[in-house]
Amino acid sequence: MCLGVPGRVVEIHDNEAVVDFFGVKRRVRLELVDETVQPGDYILNHVGYAIRRISEDDIEGTLRMYEELLREASDNDLMANDVRGEVQATASAEVGAKAHAK
Amino acid sequence: MRSEAARELKFRDPARAAALAARLQQTVRQIGRSPVAVMHVCGSHEQAIARYGLRSAFPKDLDVIMGPGCPVCITDQPEVDEAIALARQGIRVATYGDMLRVPGTAASLADVQAEGARIDVVYSVTQAVEIARASSEPLVFFATGFETTAVATAAAMLGDPPSNFFVLSAHKYIPPVMEIVSEMPDSRVEGFLAAGHAATITGWGVFEEFVVRHQVPVVVAGFEPLDILAALVRLVELVRDRSRAVDNMFPRCVTREGNVAAQKQLWKVFRPIGGRWRGIAHVPNGNLRLRDEWSHMDARRNFTIDLAAVWEGAPSLLSQQCICGDIMAGVKSPTDCRLFGHECLPDNPIGACMVSTEGTCRIWHEYNVRDQRSAVVGPAARATARAEAGGQR
Repeated sequence: MCLGVPGRVVEIHDNEAVVDFFGVKRRVRLELVDETVQPGDYILNHVGYAIRRISEDDIEGTLRMYEELLREASDNDLMANDVRGEVQATASAEVGAKAHAK
Repeated sequence: MRSEAARELKFRDPARAAALAARLQQTVRQIGRSPVAVMHVCGSHEQAIARYGLRSAFPKDLDVIMGPGCPVCITDQPEVDEAIALARQGIRVATYGDMLRVPGTAASLADVQAEGARIDVVYSVTQAVEIARASSEPLVFFATGFETTAVATAAAMLGDPPSNFFVLSAHKYIPPVMEIVSEMPDSRVEGFLAAGHAATITGWGVFEEFVVRHQVPVVVAGFEPLDILAALVRLVELVRDRSRAVDNMFPRCVTREGNVAAQKQLWKVFRPIGGRWRGIAHVPNGNLRLRDEWSHMDARRNFTIDLAAVWEGAPSLLSQQCICGDIMAGVKSPTDCRLFGHECLPDNPIGACMVSTEGTCRIWHEYNVRDQRSAVVGPAARATARAEAGGQR
């Protein structure tokens, strides 16, 4: 539940970012992150909120771990399921990032 | 055993993994006692340790124990009972999926859902707010989790949710329970691995007074296998040197101050109070409750919660044999429990630790961990072995 999942910011709309998680675009809230986030940045998402901007220098190995985890995991792989849950915790990007922005 | 560990670790940097494992071995040998015991307080750490078979790379004289790091497991029965009471009164309740089957005193939320109560499973507090917004009837979000998750609840409350949105907070705050665990008379813990993402919020500075007070070192660790190995090496070095220090081995996410913006929101909404953690103890300042200014959103202040009605029906004899509390305090292992893997299974959990994906018992069961020293052959290792054996399923 506290694992979080990293993703790449694609667009920003007010307090929401459209974030690419391994090819899936989702909307993530930005109220909690303490640095300015811009398109191209990586963030760590936990339960639908970005809690940290992650430096690009170090992200590659982390992304690879998550990719492999999701790719090779069976249905009862707890860690992979928690990662999938973290992506589910974000909002769908299909209805448009501004639809729920306040 | 060694080759299994190497296989599991190969995807990142096998040379570095081997070097870290050797250094860990050497440092534990230098300490010259057996076993050296350290504790982590995070279900995601236990998942990674079990999944990647890290225990097979640990020296046999090192015990890496999971403490009270599963937020679902430490949610106390009366807290679950409060959510059950509200649901039985006909109030719609939303909560995280893992909470559904966690036993309360006499029932779980899944039981009352089967009786017809409306329980919505959500992945985030934002989804709960949206359920409230789509209707005019009251919606209670049963909010569980550590500070990493509590900050999201705080942000959602500060984000002007509709007036029919209420929060039943069972959020918990990790630093105080580390104090309790290290003071337990049975405790063998000589150092703590702190959870990287909780420390992302609180900062590693939150442990500076702790290490002085309790004379044990703390090392903040990330979640990748190499992160955990590297942090363990550092922690064991601090144990060897009798150093009472905090070290941060997860600098790509954690700073000394932490996420100050998130902390401000957390403490604007919540205040710490003492309360029970399931099976462990009363933890001073371990529970997060809504401040008075937020009473209009506090389910406890807006609804009558009749716990007596929930408590009709005694707990089953089996649940009295559950040793979850001792497991979370780090004095026992899941395999010490006679229910583990027999009466108590993921499909029919007797205790909370078998329910949550972050519970020690569930993790050990799913990844087939048998003891502190077992070389783990979890699903990942089995998949690799299958692939190497010719790809037959």
